[in-house]
Amino acid sequence: MRVGVLGVQGAVSEHVRTLIKTMSEMGLDGDVEVVRKGDQIKKIDALIIPGGESSTISRLLDTFELREKIISRVKNGMPIMGTCAGSVLLSSQGDEAVERSESKLLELMDTSVIRNAFGRQRESFECLLDIHGIADSFHAVFIRAPELALLPGSDAKVIAEFNDKIVGVEQGDILSFSFHPELTDDVRIHRYFLEKLI
Amino acid sequence: MEIEISKLRFGSELLKKGFASMQKGGVIMDVTNADEAAIAEDAGAVAVMALERVPADIREAGGVARMADPKKVREILDSVDIPVMAKCRIGHFVEAQVLESLGVDMVDESEVLTPADPFYHVDKSLFDVPFVCGCRNLGEALRRIDEGAAMMRTKGEAGTGNIVEAVRHQRTVQGAIHELRKKDKHELRDAAKLYGVPLELVQEVADMQRLPVVNFAAGGIATPADAALMMQMGSDGVFVGSGIFKSENPPMMAEAIVKSVMHYDDPETLADISDGLGDAMPGKNIDDIPESERLQERGW
Repeated sequence: MRVGVLGVQGAVSEHVRTLIKTMSEMGLDGDVEVVRKGDQIKKIDALIIPGGESSTISRLLDTFELREKIISRVKNGMPIMGTCAGSVLLSSQGDEAVERSESKLLELMDTSVIRNAFGRQRESFECLLDIHGIADSFHAVFIRAPELALLPGSDAKVIAEFNDKIVGVEQGDILSFSFHPELTDDVRIHRYFLEKLI
Repeated sequence: MEIEISKLRFGSELLKKGFASMQKGGVIMDVTNADEAAIAEDAGAVAVMALERVPADIREAGGVARMADPKKVREILDSVDIPVMAKCRIGHFVEAQVLESLGVDMVDESEVLTPADPFYHVDKSLFDVPFVCGCRNLGEALRRIDEGAAMMRTKGEAGTGNIVEAVRHQRTVQGAIHELRKKDKHELRDAAKLYGVPLELVQEVADMQRLPVVNFAAGGIATPADAALMMQMGSDGVFVGSGIFKSENPPMMAEAIVKSVMHYDDPETLADISDGLGDAMPGKNIDDIPESERLQERGW
């Protein structure tokens, strides 16, 4: 098993660390690879897009010529997970903030996204959150987090909500979270993601 | 299930350090108005630093350099969607309070401004907003982290377009971290005493063999090659102050430096990125600046 973490910008090493810990706890034999080059996309079995700045990561997907390669692999069934900025990029539609930043989204999920929906850094927060089918009382860290919404007629499932806001969506083998499971020691979300590969 | 707002945690160390982690691999650019902020955002900056003047102009102007006018900070906060940072004077905790109330995403307690407290830096653990601080050596870095800084940067020598001091500070910090690896418990205790920080912090750095917070380069970065140099030397990202808006073609320089941080280990791409950018900012030799005018000497 070879799991990639998109390594152009953001909390890359945190996802790598969490994946290694999760694999070890699950007794899985596998490699974690920081993905920066197009030919690496062919060799991985799953990919995580980390948190960071979505407008920056979006530009770099083109600079590194990764965009089309990722889209094609995911359309052919490769599992992918996006956290925070990663969840923005997996979406199909963005709000004005996304439009204004000219971020090109990957359009891999039937979701729309509102950037910085909870406010600025001073409004960033931690809480315990139930994630349907994955974890109760998950320690969720929201940092300038986006809010997700389902597009009409979608088969995507809402798996986490913070009061009236959608913060976790699953669609087939694609997972999207507004918060940062890579910043804590709780590996239940990464475990659920890796189980898609077994 | 409704989650009560009273059960949320704000301003924790995890949130502060987490915010800093999201900046990794990125470029943070000094901007002095909404137009410059838009150029930075379009170029792919991960954040902007809102200032009244860039360091080269602060150096030129002389006198007492203070926190930017809140009008300026608000203008920039309203103009971009990426995070906005701003500088307070060393030890000036009221400037920090004001910046926090304006909603800036990170405060830089900066030697580029004139220090306000001859004894103490800001107690950063008291704030919800995360702080970044400059350092020349491991002792300064660890004292700032002990005071609650969520991110460090080299001081370098701001406003000079000369990378030599940033390199000096990066090498000095890393050299001291490597030295810690060889030390036993007694010697680590001596180091903690020397640095004026708890043993646990020194032990953590000795074990991790890096600073326990995100560490950027700053102070003198003027070209894509400068930025890539600092990345190859182990920086997590770069701040560019005067280097962009004092260059001949700021939008091109801004984009080139963002790309150089991503491709820092690929010389062929760096050559293409650096091709035909126009003049970088005019540089200054450090020896030509009297010690009393060196910004890096501020703070301790």
